[in-house]
Amino acid sequence: MSRRLDVDVAIIGGGLVGSSAALALRGLGFSVALLDKGFCGAQASGVNYGGVRRQGRPVEQLPLSQRAHAVWPRLKALIGIDGEFLRSGHLKLARNEADMASLEVYAAEVAEQGLDLELIGHNGLRERFGWIGDGVVGASFCAGDGHANPRLVSTGFAAAARRAGVEVLENTPVEGVTRDGEGFALEAAGNLTLRARFVINSAGAWAGPFAESFGEPVPLSRIYPSMVVTEPIEQMMSVNIGMEGGGIYARQVERGNIVVGGERALPLADPDFSRPRGDGALAIMNNAAALFPALRHAQAIRFWSGTEGAMPDKNPVIGPSGTTPGLIHAFGFTGAGFQIAPGVGEVLAELVRDGQTQTPIAAFSIGRFAGISARTDAGSGAGQNQEPQHSGELRP
Amino acid sequence: MKGQPLIVGAGPAGIRAAQALVAAGLRPLVVDEAPACGGQIYRQRLIPDGRSSRDLYGSEASKAEALHRDFAALDGRLDYWPQALLWNLRDGRADIMVEGTSRQVAYDGLVLATGATDRTLPVPGWTLPGVFTLGGAQIALKSQGCAIGSRIVFLGSGPLLYLVAWQYMKAGAKVAAVLDTAPFSAKFNLLRGLPLFPGIVLRGMRMTAELKLGGVALHYGVGDVRIEGASTVAAIAWRQDGLEHRLACDGIGYGLALRSETQAADLAGCRFAFNTRDRAALPERDAAGRTSVPGVYITGDGAGIAGADAAERAGERAALALLQDRGLPHDAARAATLEAELARIGRFRAVLEAAFPFPAHWMKDIADTTTLCRCEEVNAGEVRAAIANFGVHELNRLKAVSRVGMGRCQGRVCGAAAAELLAHETNRGIEAVGRLRSQAPLKPVPLTLALTAQQEAAE
Repeated sequence: MSRRLDVDVAIIGGGLVGSSAALALRGLGFSVALLDKGFCGAQASGVNYGGVRRQGRPVEQLPLSQRAHAVWPRLKALIGIDGEFLRSGHLKLARNEADMASLEVYAAEVAEQGLDLELIGHNGLRERFGWIGDGVVGASFCAGDGHANPRLVSTGFAAAARRAGVEVLENTPVEGVTRDGEGFALEAAGNLTLRARFVINSAGAWAGPFAESFGEPVPLSRIYPSMVVTEPIEQMMSVNIGMEGGGIYARQVERGNIVVGGERALPLADPDFSRPRGDGALAIMNNAAALFPALRHAQAIRFWSGTEGAMPDKNPVIGPSGTTPGLIHAFGFTGAGFQIAPGVGEVLAELVRDGQTQTPIAAFSIGRFAGISARTDAGSGAGQNQEPQHSGELRP
Repeated sequence: MKGQPLIVGAGPAGIRAAQALVAAGLRPLVVDEAPACGGQIYRQRLIPDGRSSRDLYGSEASKAEALHRDFAALDGRLDYWPQALLWNLRDGRADIMVEGTSRQVAYDGLVLATGATDRTLPVPGWTLPGVFTLGGAQIALKSQGCAIGSRIVFLGSGPLLYLVAWQYMKAGAKVAAVLDTAPFSAKFNLLRGLPLFPGIVLRGMRMTAELKLGGVALHYGVGDVRIEGASTVAAIAWRQDGLEHRLACDGIGYGLALRSETQAADLAGCRFAFNTRDRAALPERDAAGRTSVPGVYITGDGAGIAGADAAERAGERAALALLQDRGLPHDAARAATLEAELARIGRFRAVLEAAFPFPAHWMKDIADTTTLCRCEEVNAGEVRAAIANFGVHELNRLKAVSRVGMGRCQGRVCGAAAAELLAHETNRGIEAVGRLRSQAPLKPVPLTLALTAQQEAAE
């Protein structure tokens, strides 16, 4: 049985970027099909750490990040749920004077960006965050940052898009996309043929082949963050915690569980799936128990991981294709996509409607990789632990 | 030289597997959560208390004694870690918590004999103190020598229902009633089992008769069950033949047969398929116990519910398969005999399933206020709302948006109920809603768990 669908915009990939773009495009009156090879929000968008953080991002990401920052408090109105978004503040710890100096440098660098960072010394930390253990010399606090529940937010955006009239097609891998006359022809699983004037490639770790098929190979690799969650404990962790120079990051959810991330997981035989390594998880657990004395008697109840697209310069690819009119890329968020995704969705909708956006995205052009013969790397996962993490957090 | 095989579980299946491997000259490592071998069914007392094997295991005493004795006789020819928790498996390595630290074991051949736990469906009041699973009630009696109450009701379906009620009565406890969720007519199916295993069927009939003679009320076709009580169990109410019933009690043993413990097989990468008889996704296996992953074998109730007698045979059969796959001599005639016996037990299982059917239909009418996932404290109404609001129709997606199955037990307790409810709410067959993916740690582990430096178990 074959099926045909005609839409203004076809979006490949139902993660947070794709589904927020779909919702924004519906708001502008476009007809939209959102396709996912599995379930919307089931990959990196839904299984990430859940940090909603601007602090620590490279300065070129901050205008986009600020745009997203305005979306988060409006989630309830936008998608019907608040996604457990909590503007708790984000506290980035320094374990030594050198790390503290980097935090100071960063604070100066972004002083004009409106993050309102506050540098806190050792005594200040003791007074205000007494639940943090020894071995920390200072921190940088961003009161406007916070955290949210990715499982709810990512699925919630897709559900809201469906309610708004987006044709959400799950378990529908796109098998081929070609430029065809005025638009695109897409072949998808289940004998589905789509015609679309625009295509958004928001396929995350799976975006490479689509870009490459339009003559734009990118050095997209895969990373697999490692997460541990404890049983629920008494509320104690009032802020989202990060660490300068890498290490662990942690937050406490409404129910009381502490989510701790760090290290990297490894892919399974099917590289679309991954699971934390036992020793990696133990390292995260012990580091968390050392940093937060209240956790010394807690139990870890679950680990998880996910598959995330990563770029060598740690900036995403966002913007129009350099080769193909009507094609727009948005992928490769390198473990830092959750907070900015709702802003990216708005930007993508503007790119479709206007061909441009007021939000500066030049730094994310796919053109920066033109001429590089680098090919999409399916990724064995090997050696990825050596890769330095930008600002210490895989998934803000 | 080949490495050491790892056997997970020291119940009937694990013991017989170990015995067969040792007999062939291998030195397996056996890890087991319990302090002593025997599994749940042949669980040993914590301390000697004057009770005989006959007191503890009834008609199965000789089987229990043989297993305990045979395993003890392997001492020195295998490595045995009791009170050891397998909490992670990947890339041919097992992470095992034992004596307060975690050891990583590289294994060559993995025999999973992980057994089963009670299957339940939520009913109002099922989380009240005083409500035990049938298996839990049996452990209290066998291992700790205590009863779960002074006036006890046993509720559910399955052979264990009558066995545990009978064991309690024999131990001198006051059993107020046995509430069977299946109609009496379902028991006529047992007659079909007579030619296969007359001894078992007759023993069951005798137990039922003795319960009646002992003054225990037997009720059939029990539905709409509600467990009442403010802070602990005070009474149980139900409907039967259109009439309302109520009985005061302070302890309830409840179970709807058993469910396989398959999490380790999942982490080992085994492919699963839906099994209609068990109404659950089970690791695919051949008649010998080979899974879809070379070198990984699954046996006993963890491979699908078949009981202790089957487990003994399946454990030995899987060990023979491991030997064969390693190119070692193995007894092909013995393997064929075991497979024939297992097939016969499998036919009997179908009889039992018809005599003790699972009341899946209960989930259709579950009240919104009834707790479905007790770890995460999610009630049925919240699950229904999540299904509707997020438009999910797959179990892991339901978990993601509702927290069902996300807590300490990872869905062991509520997973079957969540699947039934999801199937009903989305008008799908139970086989179409998927299965909860397992994650390490398979059971909670301390955050301060340390990894021991040395690689254990290199032969």
